[in-house]
Amino acid sequence: MGLDIAFQPRNACAMPHDHHDHDHDADHPHSHLPSDPALRVKALETVLTRKGLVDPAALDEIIDTYQNRIGPKNGAQVVARAWSDPEFNRALMHDATAVVAEMGFYGRQGEHITAVENTPETHNMVVCTLCSCYPWPLLGIPPGWYKSDAYRARAVREPRAVLADFGVSLPPDTAVRVWDSTAEMRYLVIPRRPEGTEGMDAEALAALVTRDSMIGTGLPKEPAT
Amino acid sequence: MTRVHDMGGRFGDGRVVPEPETPVFHADWHARALAVTLAAGALGQWNLDTSRHARERLSPKDYTRFSYYEKWLAALADLLVENGVLSEADLHGEGNAARHPLAERALHPQAVAPALAKGGPADRPSAIAPLFVAGQAVRCRRPAANRQVPGGHTRLPAYAAGAQGHILRLHGSHVLPDSNAHGLGEAPEPLYAVVFPAFELWAHPEHPRDEVVLDLWQSYLEPA
Repeated sequence: MGLDIAFQPRNACAMPHDHHDHDHDADHPHSHLPSDPALRVKALETVLTRKGLVDPAALDEIIDTYQNRIGPKNGAQVVARAWSDPEFNRALMHDATAVVAEMGFYGRQGEHITAVENTPETHNMVVCTLCSCYPWPLLGIPPGWYKSDAYRARAVREPRAVLADFGVSLPPDTAVRVWDSTAEMRYLVIPRRPEGTEGMDAEALAALVTRDSMIGTGLPKEPAT
Repeated sequence: MTRVHDMGGRFGDGRVVPEPETPVFHADWHARALAVTLAAGALGQWNLDTSRHARERLSPKDYTRFSYYEKWLAALADLLVENGVLSEADLHGEGNAARHPLAERALHPQAVAPALAKGGPADRPSAIAPLFVAGQAVRCRRPAANRQVPGGHTRLPAYAAGAQGHILRLHGSHVLPDSNAHGLGEAPEPLYAVVFPAFELWAHPEHPRDEVVLDLWQSYLEPA
């Protein structure tokens, strides 16, 4: 049984369970869990484990994957190749899903990928206003700010003010294009290659690529001089 | 019409606080909450759209007071009970400890890597032909609401309802969340990237050439 969550629910109900008649929380199943969040997780894990529904070793494996193996270093390799190989960049712009899958970057929350390239005319920035959609195989688990109400609320309406929170300011003639991830398409920003990096190889270039530069809230690091 | 999760364009949230790339998880229980949610999803009792909807229909009070992973946990507990996997007594720690009929579906450690690598693509063949071509002017339907299920799940944000933009590209046909979240079938239909000028969406856009792109299903759109 895979983690590819089956798209056919077995017991899904046609009507949403609203509890609008009650504003006290005791009507929700989740209110039966302990109030401290750490204890709440522990309680759920314990009951699921006792019934054989969850294997704690599988949880360790999931955590290790996203803590240590899948993260923004993956995306940085894609950007560095896009900067150094025009042929690769053309293919990436045409069909990013296939191109990054060939590099081994495919999987949960990265089944459909589009790469969007920053230019002097247009700066790209990615948000998910409805939840927290993010290209996991390329960037890992989203940072806290990406999931915050402030980012979700403001990025679409005032991207330049949000960029200012990150210490980034754009030239006045650069337009901002914000991508709201409302479906299963995930977006990777290809930032502009910094000046003074002409002789650098892909590995050195990848070291300049930050997580935030691939979301569009940051710029790549400048090369050491 | 809207629920509290649909916050794009909202005022009053304050500044965004950047953070370094590590640590990935700011508390052990965050990591555990993520992992237990993914592992429970592997039991196959609900789909991605159902679980998104479970977070969205937390009461506005809970949605607002819960931190990110607390929303995940609350929605998971609700889904487990609503789908008959656990009872409320189980959540109290008073249920029986007998092996569950679904235990044979439990995710094993060695199945984690292949399962995460396999993912769950949302594109499907569809009998519904694309109605729109790149460059064509379109308008989002209004209000931004699920047309089949009152108060149901939709991925059309309220801020885009009624707005006019144009088709940037066709992504192919994808599972329709408005249907799939409610057990009404995958109902795949054409999905487009649609670009809107910021001045079409906001009373005070920051720049005359700024744009917002949304991925929108064909049934969310009409010709403009």
